[in-house]
Amino acid sequence: MDLRDLYQEVIVDHNRSPRNFRRIDAPTKSLEGFNPLCGDRLTVYLTVNDGTISDVAFEGSGCAISVASASLMTEALKGKPIAEADRLFAQVHGLLTGATDAAPEGKLAVLGGVREYPSRIKCATLAWHTLTGALHGADRPVSTE
Amino acid sequence: MSARPAPPALDAARVRADFPLLAQSVHGKPLVYLDNAATTQKPRQVLEALDAYYRTDNANVHRGVHQLSERATAAYEGARDRIAGFINAASRRELVFVRGTTEAINLVAQSFLRPRLQPGDEILVSQLEHHSNIVPWQLVAEQTGATVRTIPMNREGELVLDALDGLLHERTKLLAVGHVSNALGTVNPLDTIIAAARRHGVPVLVDGAQALPHMAVDVRALGCDFYAFSGHKMFGPTGIGCLWARESLLEAMPPWQGGGDMIRSVRFTGSEWAELPYKFEAGTPNIAGAIGLGATVDYLVDIGMDRIAAYEHELLAYATDALRGVPELTLVGTARTKAAVLSFTLGSIHPHDIGTIVDAEGVAIRTGHHCAMPVMEFLGIPATARASLAFYNTRADIDALVRALARVREVFH
Repeated sequence: MDLRDLYQEVIVDHNRSPRNFRRIDAPTKSLEGFNPLCGDRLTVYLTVNDGTISDVAFEGSGCAISVASASLMTEALKGKPIAEADRLFAQVHGLLTGATDAAPEGKLAVLGGVREYPSRIKCATLAWHTLTGALHGADRPVSTE
Repeated sequence: MSARPAPPALDAARVRADFPLLAQSVHGKPLVYLDNAATTQKPRQVLEALDAYYRTDNANVHRGVHQLSERATAAYEGARDRIAGFINAASRRELVFVRGTTEAINLVAQSFLRPRLQPGDEILVSQLEHHSNIVPWQLVAEQTGATVRTIPMNREGELVLDALDGLLHERTKLLAVGHVSNALGTVNPLDTIIAAARRHGVPVLVDGAQALPHMAVDVRALGCDFYAFSGHKMFGPTGIGCLWARESLLEAMPPWQGGGDMIRSVRFTGSEWAELPYKFEAGTPNIAGAIGLGATVDYLVDIGMDRIAAYEHELLAYATDALRGVPELTLVGTARTKAAVLSFTLGSIHPHDIGTIVDAEGVAIRTGHHCAMPVMEFLGIPATARASLAFYNTRADIDALVRALARVREVFH
């Protein structure tokens, strides 16, 4: 088990300077996500036009894994149709839970390092579950528990 | 100067040899176990008592006329005597075996407090409490229309007692407070708190889960009414703990759970309860656990709680200095009187990242809210990292933690 598989440069960088770390004032959709076990809490904001995510941002606080995962997620989603967001969610979820070995393309593959650290998987999935809740009309905050 | 020489200081290297679990490596590094406030490791003497019970004496207690049942009963009740003596209970009738501190507090909430609560009554707890000394009171408050009020804390992690007299009045039906804070290590000034409660005629429950592993406890000298603790936090087995209560209070309380072993006679026209403490011990108890906790108490008596306290006091001072030397580290909880618990944050690095990285160096600490979310909320932080020490920890363990924290800073350079 090498720590650098978990804390890869991309993760450390996205934790230090999270992308799209801001509020969207009049989002099409927004939702809060909460991990009661560790206190991680974030809000995902989405602007959706004609089924395409034209803007996505987040704010909140959490560990490096949850912040980097949220940051990478916003980068990957901008300009993508909702169907593509759903596909990415399924890929990332499969990668983190070990359901599939097919890594998502691009930077999101770094999240695969989390798999060896079972207690940290929920940190990485928090933003993604919150995204899915926001896109598909969850009416209350998402909780990992 | 005292004429009597002080007992020899505790030899941590020697007691450490009693704990087989500690002699292992994790992730290829020697284990450094600093999560004692979550649970403690068990000495060989306790493991052997559990093993011997199951190998040679296992039988149900208080029932059989056969040899094994008599042996099991003698061992189980002998453990009760020694544990009662360890906390200086007035009588073995005052010591009820339960699953742990949580169950003890729930028992008091439902059996003692619930029948006494009217809408508008108050239960006073401190801001520093573990969830197990908050939620049972919220439940009984919900059931009765009572309210839970709090004794405030300050930034150092000490209770603010200036306003305590004002918080205690004729509608206050119980004050519940921890002896030692699991999250911050604060040792609460129970003498002041209990004296104030006495002035107002308010009964006091003390959550002693975090005190027993660190110091000698004398429930009669404390002057409280209920004292709850867990075996596994004091080097004993999980699933066993005790409620100590004044005999007159236990006598007046109805049973909490019904079943076998807690009755004198059962008829469909009505049953009669067994004498104390069996009235509160329905069903086959955790016999092995109680025997194991008895062996734990023997072990602690043999070492001496005062020696343990003196050793830990010195180790806490060493650890406090060592952690203060780590750049960007902030100690959370700097009360004047503390047990050997060090909660901290490290710059902007999240405690969970700290926990994962030091684990890779073999160092086990706890990270999170420590089941004390109101404490974290008051301090305005989501979580801390926490190193909690026991008498088998050494300066070398602290040095290993400091090295591991340097590694954390390296990863996040």
